[in-house]
Amino acid sequence: MDYIYLAIALPLLGVLVNGFFGRRMPRKAVGTIASLVILGSFVVSLVAFLGYLAAEGGTHTVTLLPWLSLPPLEISYGFLVDGLSLVMALTVSFVSFLIHVYSMGYMADDDGYPRYFTYLNLFVAMMLTLVLADNLVLMFVGWEGVGLCSYLLIGFWYKKAAPPVAGIKAFIVNRIGDFAFLIGMFLIFWLYGTFSFTELRQSVETVALAGHFPLTLIALFLFGGAIGKSAQFPLYVWLPDAMEGPTPVSALIHAATMVTAGVYMVSRMSFLYSMTEVAMLVVACVGAFTAIFAASIALVQNDIKRVLAYSTISQLGYMFLAAGVGAYWIAIFHLFTHAFFKALLFLASGSVIHGMRGEMDMRKMGGLAKYMPHTYWHFLIGAMSISGIPLLAGFFSKDQILFAAFTARPDIWPNAGMVLWIVGVVTALFTAFYMFRQIYLVFLTKPRFDVAEIHPHEAPASMIAPNWVLAIGSVVAGFIGLPALFAGIIHIPNMFQPFVASAVAGGVHVAEAAHGAQELFKEVLTTSISVVVALLGLGLAFYLYQVRYGTTEKLKKAFAAPYRVLLNKYYVDEFYDNTFVQPGRVLCEQLSRVVDLGVIDGVVNSIAFVIGAVGQVLRPIQTGFIRNYAWYISAGAILLVILLWLGLAAK
Amino acid sequence: MDAIIQMMANAPLLSIIIFLPLVGAILITLMNPAKSHRIKWFAFWVSIATFLISLFLLAGSGGFEKFSHIEQYTWLPQIGVSYHIGVDGISLWLVLLSTFLLPISILSSFSAIRKREKEYYILLLLMGFALTGTFVALDLVLFFLFWESVLIPMYLLIGIWGSGRRIYAATKFVLYTVVGSFFMLLAIIGLYVYSGSFGPGTFDFIYLRSHIAPPELQTWLFLAFFLAFAIKVPLFPFHTWLADAHTEAPTAGSVLLAAVLLKMGGYGFIRFCLTLFPDASVWAAPWIMGLAVISIIYGALVCAAQTDLKRLIALSSVAHMGFVMLGIFSFANTSIGQVGATIQMVSHGITTGALFLLVGVIYERRHTREIAQFGGLASVMPQYYNVFLITMLASVGLPALNGFVGEFLILLGAFRADWALGGLATFGVVLAAVYLLTMFRRVFHGECTKPENQKLLDLNVRELVYLVPLVLLMLWIGLYPKPYLSVIKPAVDRSVRAVMRIASGSVEYARSGEKAATALAQVLSEDTPGGDG
Repeated sequence: MDYIYLAIALPLLGVLVNGFFGRRMPRKAVGTIASLVILGSFVVSLVAFLGYLAAEGGTHTVTLLPWLSLPPLEISYGFLVDGLSLVMALTVSFVSFLIHVYSMGYMADDDGYPRYFTYLNLFVAMMLTLVLADNLVLMFVGWEGVGLCSYLLIGFWYKKAAPPVAGIKAFIVNRIGDFAFLIGMFLIFWLYGTFSFTELRQSVETVALAGHFPLTLIALFLFGGAIGKSAQFPLYVWLPDAMEGPTPVSALIHAATMVTAGVYMVSRMSFLYSMTEVAMLVVACVGAFTAIFAASIALVQNDIKRVLAYSTISQLGYMFLAAGVGAYWIAIFHLFTHAFFKALLFLASGSVIHGMRGEMDMRKMGGLAKYMPHTYWHFLIGAMSISGIPLLAGFFSKDQILFAAFTARPDIWPNAGMVLWIVGVVTALFTAFYMFRQIYLVFLTKPRFDVAEIHPHEAPASMIAPNWVLAIGSVVAGFIGLPALFAGIIHIPNMFQPFVASAVAGGVHVAEAAHGAQELFKEVLTTSISVVVALLGLGLAFYLYQVRYGTTEKLKKAFAAPYRVLLNKYYVDEFYDNTFVQPGRVLCEQLSRVVDLGVIDGVVNSIAFVIGAVGQVLRPIQTGFIRNYAWYISAGAILLVILLWLGLAAK
Repeated sequence: MDAIIQMMANAPLLSIIIFLPLVGAILITLMNPAKSHRIKWFAFWVSIATFLISLFLLAGSGGFEKFSHIEQYTWLPQIGVSYHIGVDGISLWLVLLSTFLLPISILSSFSAIRKREKEYYILLLLMGFALTGTFVALDLVLFFLFWESVLIPMYLLIGIWGSGRRIYAATKFVLYTVVGSFFMLLAIIGLYVYSGSFGPGTFDFIYLRSHIAPPELQTWLFLAFFLAFAIKVPLFPFHTWLADAHTEAPTAGSVLLAAVLLKMGGYGFIRFCLTLFPDASVWAAPWIMGLAVISIIYGALVCAAQTDLKRLIALSSVAHMGFVMLGIFSFANTSIGQVGATIQMVSHGITTGALFLLVGVIYERRHTREIAQFGGLASVMPQYYNVFLITMLASVGLPALNGFVGEFLILLGAFRADWALGGLATFGVVLAAVYLLTMFRRVFHGECTKPENQKLLDLNVRELVYLVPLVLLMLWIGLYPKPYLSVIKPAVDRSVRAVMRIASGSVEYARSGEKAATALAQVLSEDTPGGDG
């Protein structure tokens, strides 16, 4: 489908219309236009998808026009249509559309309504640019573009103190990752002479450089960018603060756009990653560590959105874990299912906050299931899905990640797979616990607020409707990518894998390996353990927060020190502040005051002063009286004669 | 229309562009100083006419690989000085940048300048005259005259219409520049003497570039030119004149200083240093790249500590021009760095020009530049906020805006020449975001608490008229840089190729006393049958 660029052009049109005329148009029109253009993007992607299916793997590029041409450097507005980019475009545009619809209700009374939708459209346009680009530079345009939009939207309520600061933090932390990404790009260009994915893939695959050091370097530098954008350790710190933005924005950032970019990039460059085991292992380990690290923080947080934020970081860790063990299609599959249930969870939490007059502290909630039945169901479905309750979307994708880890045998560290799997399983336990802790604290326990004063109420239909769509997705989205085990039983083939696997490297062997009897046993084993662990987490939350409500206070006292560390998120923000931000500030001030004004300018002014002073000393000589000058001339002449005479005499 | 283009193509376009502002300035001297309204508009229309005429340069002979629109008249034949001007892909956009920014500067002064308006507009037009001349002069004496004559109007603009420590700033600006110029003059005379050693002495650039001096001599001449240009750019540690001059200058002065004057340094390097002293350039490249990286990092760090809005933007030029220097001296088997540096000069002119105009807008309303005096302006001045936002992002180097194109190419080229320095410089993109975003937040975000800020007026029509074209250019260069680059690329390529060939020793030098003074002619003749122009 050669009109794929319309998927980007339509939201940009929305940006122009709402940006220029939004303030003079009725609100309904602004929101409707913004939502319709995104729906248009979805339709365009869908048509492209159908065309792709009809043409049986019709991977192709569409080049619109050149951006610059400085041979050998050729960069154009080119778009790559293949299984991977289509899945991304469909997910992004579909989930974003629902978030737009939800926003029309959520932001209905906000002063910045047109500005909000302008930024939101731009966000989607940039994300679609990122996933559809056929070269690294255009991808980088989208890459930075989503960074910009996150800055604008996180800081949307700019009159408050915290949001603009959080926006800057997001932008700068992302830029640190982008710095690495740029270096990776430079290395690629000077090594392979191209930025185009198609040409690059050919070069990488034909020129056997497997395990070659520069290749590993490239992979690691690019991954640096992914660490920033996809909020992995140690650059995840911007994402929890990103919830300073309006809640639908959090949903957009966490589910459909922005954070998934890193996972997508690694999958897009999978042909390169597959060549370097070291980089793969780094990706897997960073992912696994981030998964358990963030999940442990989520265990004790009290802010309803903060729990979800750390949960996103943790789930992204899963995706990198999958990519790192070579299961790229599973990484994208989890990205796909996660988009549904995480958008659902965030939007449902938005409905809670909306119905609770802006309250976000779960300690001041409880019993909301009665007042918000729809939202309760939404949240419950989302929580079950992310926790890996069998047959929901999250179950299938997470289960396959764990299985892929379990069976992974990197040459350089054969036991890595087992370690990664254990970390993944513990994370799954944490996940089920913190999600159901949230369910109990928010919806089921007795209300811990003044019901008469706050009047909790259900969200309007415009907010409920999109959530139901997402809820259905969170239930059924997994069925298009069933693991071999289930596919064999209920005779639904895995449609997702072959579709994406054609675009990524090495994705095939993981599932094919599962055909042997021994492999089947392993799969049954890991799946059973996953299920047990999920139920264990659920049960623990049930016991601690429902059956024996109040026990947690004793536990907090018993484990005061570890609790405090977790509650304060391992003090990482404080560490960064003390190690980089504050010393950096002092350094800048000292450089400006001492070095710039003191030393450098001091030297300049001293020279000027000395010259001026010498001038002052010499000034009396310039009397202006001719007789004085006559004296100087005579004295000089006499001196000259003496010198000449001395010189001659010396000869 | 074709007939007009034909006519203009045959006219001495460059001379018209140079001298029209001068004629305008002279005519203003005849006008009644009391009728300031008439003077303003006259100056404005003269500058607009100059700009429109300069656009005909684009319609000229195909391609700007070689010099076109050449004019040469003997001037002082006794010492080999001629009035020799021409424009190529390196200078074309800089010429257009100066003719484009002149009317904008004039328009931005209409309400800001209230005293001695007649003299003020005379000086602005003289600036236009001198700036354009600098970029097209092909005779070193002519170049030097234009170069120096920029100083006088700028000195007076800062000294008379400036703010605060204006006399100190103006004097510092002139002394700094004159010190550099003095050494450059010596080197120019040195080149003349050298050329006289094997033929008729000349100051002609075209002649000199095909009679390259031996490497030992090149080094000394290069260093003298280096000082003059490095001060102008300014390269660390020669930058301290900049903050004072920019900060105290009136808005239009800051705009021309940052947008065009600094480019004289970068242009000087790429036009004269590289071409006339190729061995010395390659020899000095690692050192200059090092200084450039220091400028990028150091400039950004110092920016972060500024409390004065204008001073912050002024110092940001140190970092941004550091990128330009890095690109110019990124010698590798590619000219990407130099192409990037050339487009970056234009981009920086547009972006920083716009930033100074924006500061001028708020200074005119509040008569302060202290960042702490603002806060929460976003809700009071939404249009102003939007224009500032885009400009700030362009300065940060965000893709899809102009700043990215140059920075990306420069870093790509620099990385090839020296991965360590290129990598370090890349970190500058993080720092630029730090100081610009922080400044932006302090000015625009938060609650608007100060009563004097609460009733500020948003941009008026006149302000929009001079700001919107700049924003459009930021988008154009960012989204579709191809037409700009395709003009720059051949000319830059040609210069860089010549440098690399000579420096790699594949060309013999013209030695003094030898009759065969054809060293570079060999290189040039390959792509220029019949010589240049």
